[in-house]
Amino acid sequence: MSSGTLYDKVWDLHRVAELPGGSTQLFIGLHLIHEVTSPQAFAALRDLGLGVRHPERTVATVDHIVPTTSQARPFADPLAEEMLATLEANCAEHGITLHGLGSGRQGIVHVIAPELGLTQPGMTVACGDSHTSTHGAFGAIAFGIGTSQVRDVLASQSLAMGKLKVRRIWVDGQLQRGVYAKDLILHVIRTLGVKGGVGYAYEFAGPAIEALSMEERMTLCNMAIEGGARCGYVNPDQTTFAYLEGRPMAPAAEAWPSAVAWWSALATGAEAVFDDEVRFDATVVAPTVTWGITPGQGIGVDETVPTLEATEPNERPLAAEAYRYMDLQPGTAIAGTPVDVCFIGSCTNGRLSDLQAAAAVARGRQVAPGIKAFVVPGSEQVAAAAEAEGLDQIFTAAGFEWREPGCSMCLAMNPDRLEGRQISASSSNRNFKGRQGSATGRTLLMSPAMVAAAAIAGRVTDVRTLLKA
Amino acid sequence: MSSSTPFPSGSIARVTGRGVAVRGDDIDTDRIIPARFLKCVTFEALGPAVFADDRAELKPNHPFDRAEHQGAQVLVVNRNFGCGSSREHAPQALMRWGIRAVVGESFAEIFYGNCLALGIPCLSAEHTAALALQAAIEADPALELQIDLQLLQASTPAGTTWPLSLAAGPRQMLSTGQWDGTGQLLANDRELLATVQRLPYLQAFAPAG
Repeated sequence: MSSGTLYDKVWDLHRVAELPGGSTQLFIGLHLIHEVTSPQAFAALRDLGLGVRHPERTVATVDHIVPTTSQARPFADPLAEEMLATLEANCAEHGITLHGLGSGRQGIVHVIAPELGLTQPGMTVACGDSHTSTHGAFGAIAFGIGTSQVRDVLASQSLAMGKLKVRRIWVDGQLQRGVYAKDLILHVIRTLGVKGGVGYAYEFAGPAIEALSMEERMTLCNMAIEGGARCGYVNPDQTTFAYLEGRPMAPAAEAWPSAVAWWSALATGAEAVFDDEVRFDATVVAPTVTWGITPGQGIGVDETVPTLEATEPNERPLAAEAYRYMDLQPGTAIAGTPVDVCFIGSCTNGRLSDLQAAAAVARGRQVAPGIKAFVVPGSEQVAAAAEAEGLDQIFTAAGFEWREPGCSMCLAMNPDRLEGRQISASSSNRNFKGRQGSATGRTLLMSPAMVAAAAIAGRVTDVRTLLKA
Repeated sequence: MSSSTPFPSGSIARVTGRGVAVRGDDIDTDRIIPARFLKCVTFEALGPAVFADDRAELKPNHPFDRAEHQGAQVLVVNRNFGCGSSREHAPQALMRWGIRAVVGESFAEIFYGNCLALGIPCLSAEHTAALALQAAIEADPALELQIDLQLLQASTPAGTTWPLSLAAGPRQMLSTGQWDGTGQLLANDRELLATVQRLPYLQAFAPAG
């Protein structure tokens, strides 16, 4: 059993009581809500005659259903309009802050909470969204929950939870030029599998992790859930503190020294014990692309689609299903695969540094004929910062569309979606069957720079060849 | 179709009903309920949409469309069922179609917790037992299965049994009827206040005093 890790310390600090049935009542320091998974929770509260216990600890935004072309109200889609109107009414009724469209603070929930300084080290963070693991980048214990649990957090600011085991993912070396945090996490998931993390929290540590920026750490932790780990985290350090200092909801100047002291003391110590440890070497990680229908079906851009013989026997049925669905042949190179749609955005890769990396590839080049390419900033703040440095101009000059912030084609709950059997190069997090809005649509996951390279070439391309040019 | 059986309530010691097998590893919640059906402010209409795209692909041969499985209450699956999105819409859709228990080789954690919060037990079976149970259901869709949370087994009227496992906590919560835990969480108000008072970030990082 683990001891002395950040996970253990934060767990103990937030433990309210042991519950009959063996679970632990855990206090939730920050609760984030959005329009998709909260309306039924508020309705349940109403049915139970309950109020919101700590409305100041819940923060709302709208992200999943918002259109990215025109965000004028009412939305053209009456269902989307009803969802946002319901969120607005629920937040108003219960005194919950809602960062709505045009507020300057709206965006994907996992983008705005960090940029507002809401997410801080040592917190427990819950949201009705599996990518809540993102917030672990700050040394928070952050995890996705279902709607019944959203109801519980609203009612009691706490949850009934079981403690996870802790696996340290130690990464030596440094990522090479043209290789990003997205490639690293796809490499980890490819190695440990999409079920490998079930029952674990992943602690990401080692020289390669310490060298990552906060935005890169968010990309990494965001996809811990794709490896089965409900939460992933990085110990807080100077990079964390420098990111947080001065943000609107970060501790004020007079509290800052004691905040930093407390945060620092929470980091996993040298004496910590892990349930498991796996080591990786960052220097061998290549730009990584998925070829199949789970995020674990990934390969280096210079590799070929694995054959059945090269696949673990119990993974073969899924591989066979993936060949069929993706219409990709085992043994063929993934580089050169033609794409139809290129999507840059999402809670995984919709932050400023992601757009900068993609713009560096797009600058002075042109999207290939027939390719639909679009960029969806993760938040209104990201959009403003990108526009301030002219990234929107670089993208539009290259033939990309520059859109309004939201989740967009990551899960296609808004009008942005694949049609028919279209194949996308996507900087999002899931390549599941039907994920991007068409029951037969196909998704290749990759870094934003790789998506930009695919847009320019019209096919999967090793971005390192474009960076050298 | 939609379920005519009442939704789970109170103590859940066993589930009895016909089975339906959905084979395959890593069946994610996007497949259980595609995102376009999440455009709703209630869960009420989700039952008919369960596995919508998989069913369209296999029409009319998906197990959830086959006449002999209509009214089934026990879903038998393989590894890592319910991975991906945290959407509670997935177990809600299964429940509203009629599923009252899930037996599988393994489950994704958020899905497992969401099922528990609805009173739907997710029991684990070893690989060979899960395959045998799926084969038995496919061979005889009218087979009446009993999923017993006390004996931790699946059984047929003829006496065939398959061992199952369920962690002690969820098992106790289900059998005592305390799986819907909001009341428990509200019972510890004093402890909750004490927790708030010892967390520096809720005290403006002021030294404890």
